[in-house]
Amino acid sequence: MNPVIYMDNNATTRVAPEVVEAMLPYYSDLYGNPSSMHSFGGQVGRAVREAREKIAALLGAQPDELIFTSCGTESDSTAIHSALQSFPGKRHIVTTRVEHPAVKNLCENLDKLTGHKHRITQLPVNSDGTLDLALYEESLGDETAIVSAMWANNETGVIFPIREMAEMAKSRGILFHTDAVQAVGKIPIDLAQIPLDFLSLSGHKLHAPKGIGALYVRKGTPYVPFIIGGHQEHGRRGGTENVAAIIGLGKACEMAARQMQDENTRVKALRDRLEDGLLARIPSSLLNGHKTLRLPNTTNISFEYVEGEAILLHLDRFGICASSGSACTSGSLEPSHVMRAMGVPFTAAHGSIRLSLSVYNTEAEVDFVLEKLPPVIAQLREMSPFWQSEHRGKTGGSPCRCSCS
Amino acid sequence: MWEYTDKVRDHFMNPRNVGEIENADGIGEVGSLACGDALKLFLKLDDSERIVEAKFQTFGCASAIASSSALTEIITGMTLDEAAKVTNQDIAEYLGGLPKEKMHCSVMGREALEAAIANYRGLPLPMAEGEVVCECFGVTDLEVKRAIEENKLQTVEEITNFTKAGGGCGKCLPRLEEILRETRHEAQPLIPDRRPGRLTTIQKIKRIEEVLEREVRPALRKDGGDIELIDVDGDFVIVSLRGACGTCKKSQTTLKEYVEKKLREQVLDTLIVEEGK
Repeated sequence: MNPVIYMDNNATTRVAPEVVEAMLPYYSDLYGNPSSMHSFGGQVGRAVREAREKIAALLGAQPDELIFTSCGTESDSTAIHSALQSFPGKRHIVTTRVEHPAVKNLCENLDKLTGHKHRITQLPVNSDGTLDLALYEESLGDETAIVSAMWANNETGVIFPIREMAEMAKSRGILFHTDAVQAVGKIPIDLAQIPLDFLSLSGHKLHAPKGIGALYVRKGTPYVPFIIGGHQEHGRRGGTENVAAIIGLGKACEMAARQMQDENTRVKALRDRLEDGLLARIPSSLLNGHKTLRLPNTTNISFEYVEGEAILLHLDRFGICASSGSACTSGSLEPSHVMRAMGVPFTAAHGSIRLSLSVYNTEAEVDFVLEKLPPVIAQLREMSPFWQSEHRGKTGGSPCRCSCS
Repeated sequence: MWEYTDKVRDHFMNPRNVGEIENADGIGEVGSLACGDALKLFLKLDDSERIVEAKFQTFGCASAIASSSALTEIITGMTLDEAAKVTNQDIAEYLGGLPKEKMHCSVMGREALEAAIANYRGLPLPMAEGEVVCECFGVTDLEVKRAIEENKLQTVEEITNFTKAGGGCGKCLPRLEEILRETRHEAQPLIPDRRPGRLTTIQKIKRIEEVLEREVRPALRKDGGDIELIDVDGDFVIVSLRGACGTCKKSQTTLKEYVEKKLREQVLDTLIVEEGK
């Protein structure tokens, strides 16, 4: 087995060894319930409080504005349901066409859960994945209960202008939620400066374990709990705390704050070296997403006339972990909704590859990928009927009326 | 991650017979870039119409490449008449099976073979003659029917797995269900489709009222009783028994064994009749 070259950090990250170490005592000696009256449980409660403070510090939030959840998806669902229940008369939601399924599928299926229809505006994006702010402003109305827009896109890394968007919503009295699962820990966030109401984050995207998330709810924002039970989280989310994971998330946030500089300089430089190298070495390859308004760790490149799953399986042979927006990798028959929303040409949509780095990646790993990936593309193109005909000056493939174009 | 067999992995990593044949006797092209996979098959025949060489070019995922490679291995050495009998099942079996969502890759192989044979014989493609059902992936009703018959498909989802039809915008799903029903009826005329159609609440109320008025009330009135429909909530039909029925000890039996039975037979076989308090 090859050593693993892990470049799929937008899918999940390695749990930092320091995080594991911080968590372990809470799986053994320190098993008390943080809600207990006795000091044995109380010391655990104190550790949870400290973790909450560390997470708040990373976000520029107050500790009691954070609610622990089980994952990013739960945070998203909680925020959107809360807003709809707080304003039952408002039945319009503004979101975007490129949201993660946690928001997209929820918004598209709300009638099944709430029993009545909601009008959903899914804002289009430009070909570089950015949002048209004028269009966004036009979409806001008296009927709008909540805006839900991701801070950074998981597939392309493209960053939305969350501050401007939140300000526009606030001036109209509309609640604003952002799915910041990909942004937290990678780029600076200061909620003291941005008037948003809800922010979702997920532990396993920033070197904490899976199964822990948090929802930021601004003080004063109307809130209705999603999971009702005991008095945990001041009655805002029932269920005994996932203590060890909370401690892990606190540690991971503390580390992320320290490593933010490294992420935005060294990791970014690695990403750029990888991206520039691939685009230079491989003809007919194009960058998906805006070049600068983007997370420092993510690159998404389309290799025309080849299919993503085939690329991934060849990379897997070398231990290289990446992902693709191609249809075949998901089991659906169409390429990813993000690629389609950006209007990536159909010659390229099926061959998109995402490489997402972390502070654990090295220059040697980048060079290894730069060495291995170009021959894989060349080999698959050699096999592709379109590559050949294209390079004899014919048009490649018969256009079919697929909705992916 | 897909669970591919070792044979699929082998034929993907080391595909046999990749490339073009100069002056091929038959060329078959199916799929397109937009659809995410495409296959171009080249055949070279000897004087007795035996395939002496088969080569391919494929754009697509691992199972598309492996299916193409397997196809060329299967048909090399066959006469055209023998090759014409190769089915998508043969390709899938040769590879030790494919994930069900990937069966369309084996279907693509078979269709390319058909296209190449038709090309050699100068005939039109039989499957292309049909009516296009799925516009996203350009699938005809003939292709859908054949996939249902040959692979004994039971659901619309399986049709999508095998032909891709219905995997895009989804507009053709009702038509696929129709074709599925028609085709399976032809194959098994003895088993009628008893699946309940979906009814709106208003349709349910109307039909329930009709049955109550036509059959139930006359019967109950004979014994001095009556029945009133109070509400319909999903599958629950809430009624109130009146007159003699209201005090009759057997009223619960009447409700379940007579009223409910009648409604299930004539409206929807999932209905549950309950008495409103």
